[in-house]
Amino acid sequence: MMLRRAGIYALLALFAAYFALPLLFMLLNSFKSVAELQRGGFLGWPQAPDLQAWREAWAALGGSFKNSLLLALPVVALSSLLAALNGFVLCKLRFRGSEAVFVLLLVALFLPIKVYLLPLAISLAKLGLAKSLGVLIAIHVIYSLPLALFFRNHYLGFPDELLRAARVDGAGFWALFTRIVLPLSKPVFVVVVILQFTTIWNEYLFGLVFTDRDSRPVTAALAQLGASGEGGVRQYNVEMAAALLAALPTLAVYLLAGRHFTRGLVAGAVKG
Amino acid sequence: MKSYLERWLPQLLLAPSLIVCLLFFYGFMLWTGWISLTRSGMLPSSDFVGLLQYQRLFADERWLGSLGNLARFATLFVIIPLVLGLLLAILLDQKLRAEGALRLIYLHPMALSLIVTGTVWRWLLDPQLGLALGVRELGWTSFRFDWLGDDDLALYTLVIAAVWQISGFVMAVFLAGLRGVDEAIVQAARLDGAEGFTLYRRILLPTLGPSLFSALLVLLPAAIKSFDLVVALTDGGPGHASELPALYMFQMAFERSRLGLGAASAMVLLMMVLSVALPYLYARQRRQRRAG
Repeated sequence: MMLRRAGIYALLALFAAYFALPLLFMLLNSFKSVAELQRGGFLGWPQAPDLQAWREAWAALGGSFKNSLLLALPVVALSSLLAALNGFVLCKLRFRGSEAVFVLLLVALFLPIKVYLLPLAISLAKLGLAKSLGVLIAIHVIYSLPLALFFRNHYLGFPDELLRAARVDGAGFWALFTRIVLPLSKPVFVVVVILQFTTIWNEYLFGLVFTDRDSRPVTAALAQLGASGEGGVRQYNVEMAAALLAALPTLAVYLLAGRHFTRGLVAGAVKG
Repeated sequence: MKSYLERWLPQLLLAPSLIVCLLFFYGFMLWTGWISLTRSGMLPSSDFVGLLQYQRLFADERWLGSLGNLARFATLFVIIPLVLGLLLAILLDQKLRAEGALRLIYLHPMALSLIVTGTVWRWLLDPQLGLALGVRELGWTSFRFDWLGDDDLALYTLVIAAVWQISGFVMAVFLAGLRGVDEAIVQAARLDGAEGFTLYRRILLPTLGPSLFSALLVLLPAAIKSFDLVVALTDGGPGHASELPALYMFQMAFERSRLGLGAASAMVLLMMVLSVALPYLYARQRRQRRAG
């Protein structure tokens, strides 16, 4: 029995090493100097840890890091509130065609971005809308509409009696939503906000196509850094610091709220 | 007046979102379909040419190569995480004290952008500096590892990084499935003498069907849509050796100014994703209607 448990732990530790390796690699190398990189040493502890790579990474990515924050925060707030409202309408107020709307949103969830990217780009160019953070925010809010499904599934579990009782009290739809439904939506908001923040922060394709140099989000800037560094000096300490910088916000959210994150992912997969 | 507004308020609130959804998802999808039937090159044109763009597409070696790559990539990207995820879920299900910490480690790649994943693995798999150097430093001085530069093997670097990213998620889905099994059934099986891995084989694994389908429904579309990781890790290279269809679409439509061809490849991507998702969604709807 003891032996079997030891075996299980050994196997799990081996996999843990595999999963943790890239993060360790990023962390260790981001604190090494160029001179140290040239001496070799792959997973070695930094001999003389310094912040030079981090400073260079911030110089290259700092602006886009701020862009990503200015992008993700409004998108998360707008899209999750809108999703809560739409989800509630879809779920508790049956009307003709509500089932069809549900299916439309569900299928939309699976459509590849590539299927609407080209007309989106053509339309924006025709409308004369410059590439900017504002346009990108609007695009993300629009394409987050299927998020309503998440709330719909949550509201399906609400007892009808509760809502009916509120109606008898004379609460109109709006009062019903803001005074009763929203306060009862906190758990699902936590999950949706975490998932949505991770999704928007990590998104690349929209951020690449619909921004210019000054409004680029951090993923696009990181990809650019990797692509431009190839022929030149191979400063992978800077690239590792930059990658870690781009990963920090979502990693922090994951560490602080890992359980909600997992629950959201699994629920999203099972239900959505 | 008030009651009239009250009656229609839900529909009024939903209408803008619905119109926007119809336009931006489905309207644009049809528009892409239309572009794929026109002569559009550098600029959109309304010159109808039937299926010419699709004929061009399927005569293009590069496109056919990317489809072949997708078949190899998707097979491994589905099978390895399923096996690894199930193994990890069963191992973690043994009431271990370190479960929380281990789960945190296994699942953390899901919090990262695929661009970050690609950037890190590009260095880890670098023939001069990455893991290869690590092995050489350990004393195996003749060790070589150059999949990134190899025409036949570059595709599998995408598999390595993608498996690393997604396996923890599959594990979480299976673990949720295992934990959802009725404790009474497990107890009854124990009384019947089922223990250890027999218990899993006979009792627990057969209940994981829904978990398996959930995992597949995430893995298969994700494989077909794979783009970010390819851009950050191999950029389709060397040459076009590790190119996947989504990258082909993007390069045709946005870099080589062949809009019609890009649109045609986007429609093929759409059909692939829908052929995976629609049967599942249909079955699920029917099941729910029967249950409800």
